[in-house]
Amino acid sequence: MEKLTFRHATKKPLAGAKAQAITGVVASGNLEVLLERALPPDACTVEIETPINGYGDVWEAVVADFVARAQPGGIRITINDGGARPDTVSLRLLQGARLMEV
Amino acid sequence: MTLAEILTSLFPDGHAVSVADGLVSGDGPFRGARLAVVGVDGNTPLGIEGAARLSRLVLDVVRAGGGTPILVAVDSDSQRMSRRDELLGLNEYLAHLAKTLLLADASGHPTVGLVYGHTAAGAFIATALATRVLVGLPGAHPSVMDLPSVARVTKLPLDKLEAMAKDTPVFAPGLDNMVQTGAVQGVLDPARPLAPQIAAVIDAMPAGDTRDALGRERAGRPVAQEIAAQVVREAALG
Amino acid sequence: MSDRITDPATTSWYEASARARLDGLLDPGSFREFIGPEQRRMSPHLPLFDLPRAFDDGMIVGAGRLDGQAVLVAAQEGRFMGGAFGEVHGAKLVGLLRAALDQKPAALLILFDTGGVRLQEANAGETAIAEVMRAITQVRAAGVPVIGLIGGRAGAYGGGGLIAGTCSRLAVSEGGRISVSGPEVIETNKGAEEFDSRDRALVWRTMGGKHRRLTGGADAFADDTVAAFRTAALRLIDTAPAFDLATLEAEQARLEERIARFGDCRDGTEIWARLGANDPAAIPAMTTAEFDALLAQIGETTHDAR
Repeated sequence: MEKLTFRHATKKPLAGAKAQAITGVVASGNLEVLLERALPPDACTVEIETPINGYGDVWEAVVADFVARAQPGGIRITINDGGARPDTVSLRLLQGARLMEV
Repeated sequence: MTLAEILTSLFPDGHAVSVADGLVSGDGPFRGARLAVVGVDGNTPLGIEGAARLSRLVLDVVRAGGGTPILVAVDSDSQRMSRRDELLGLNEYLAHLAKTLLLADASGHPTVGLVYGHTAAGAFIATALATRVLVGLPGAHPSVMDLPSVARVTKLPLDKLEAMAKDTPVFAPGLDNMVQTGAVQGVLDPARPLAPQIAAVIDAMPAGDTRDALGRERAGRPVAQEIAAQVVREAALG
Repeated sequence: MSDRITDPATTSWYEASARARLDGLLDPGSFREFIGPEQRRMSPHLPLFDLPRAFDDGMIVGAGRLDGQAVLVAAQEGRFMGGAFGEVHGAKLVGLLRAALDQKPAALLILFDTGGVRLQEANAGETAIAEVMRAITQVRAAGVPVIGLIGGRAGAYGGGGLIAGTCSRLAVSEGGRISVSGPEVIETNKGAEEFDSRDRALVWRTMGGKHRRLTGGADAFADDTVAAFRTAALRLIDTAPAFDLATLEAEQARLEERIARFGDCRDGTEIWARLGANDPAAIPAMTTAEFDALLAQIGETTHDAR
């Protein structure tokens, strides 16, 4: 198992007031994403546990792209990965952000 | 110990326990009354017919009343693995057997499981694990699945699993590991008469299900008790 | 609660996640989870095997309302470790059953989706299943119905099948399978001539939802939608049998009679024919309405002997 943590500065807080959301499931080629409104509005963290070692740079790029698109200020994101492809990761992150905006 | 040795130690004045088709049934004198014995002997797999016969015996004891304690002596294989058993609903037969034992216990018939040989998987759950207190004898070998099968399913090398099994009681087969998880309360001493040992087990029976507490004390199941207790607490917040 | 369902009437139970099933099953917005994912009470054992963990360990438990009635619910996520019972997974269900003794809800619902015991935590899982079965009988004896809903991709196998057999009532869909040894396990141990696990039609005829309903192993047959399981659950709560000597004597007679009548049958279709189905080969393709009509005609598959 490999543990990765990324911290980003964000320009604005994520819309909505929902305290937390979870989406996805830990299964082969899938992942679960837990989002919690737990940080100052100018910060976002993403912590990942993945059974596939050695893809830190791919995760870094996927997370950076998500943060740029969603501006998830104030959100602590924790991921349990089951070996998902980058496009699945992007999809789940955006799904999670939408659930928080309700 | 063999079943014959167990019965001799348990009933030094003789008994009426017999084995047919690997199924154990009968009773013997015990503390001025009787002790009913049901079980599986000779590493026999438990299928629908066997389960139905054992559950009938248990219901007979419950119907007769009088608080007769029931000893469930087990040296079994796993559940019988066949298409016919599953076609006819083996899950119902095994669950029914467990339910009759749980009903007996709730109706004032103390139930004691005694594992003296092998037992595994569904046969284990339906018999010994459905008693109020389960004890073992040295040499007993309860398991969920043997390590070579675990290796096949988990795709881990057998030698690695064997190494892990030495200090990880939560998954490895064997009596000691089931003691550590709290499923087996204790191990009896085969050198001493069994009757007083079984009597002591009955006298010291816990009112509730203490297996998760034992698992925590013995470090074989470190978190189960606190998880269950936390669910109860959060439910009460309503 | 995150996975939402927009239309329970069209959402497949089989395809839905455990959280989505709960969302569509219960009255909207009524679910309150115990030990939610934010508490991160994950398996202490899976890291030893280099396996990923899930925040809820594949078992979601909580309280909610079903048509206004207070219920406790447990849902297994069959896609995580096959929905199998590990230490945390099992302990959450044990705790929920103990809570039912205090709370006396209108029912406790178990949304099964499990391959049985999680081998990486085998002893903890096996023991938890025994604890669950004892607790179910106590909850039933206290007058609280325990209703099992079975229609997930992992079915109700191994110890899950035994737990199902301990419930007051079961609802099952076409895709739901109830069994102790799964097809692959039988094939591995006894050979493909005993059970060809790739023959899906055979699997369905041997342990599938319609077969279990026809032989009295389940009490309601539901379409594969979340709304259908909700309707079935509501109906079953009101008809739950007591847990006492009379019920188990009746179950003993029912199970002995099954061996006497069908013990020589080699295939589900033979049993269905003996039950009185005119065209047993047509049963797998029947719609729920057609199947319900057949059940009404046969009659005897509905009972309180459980």
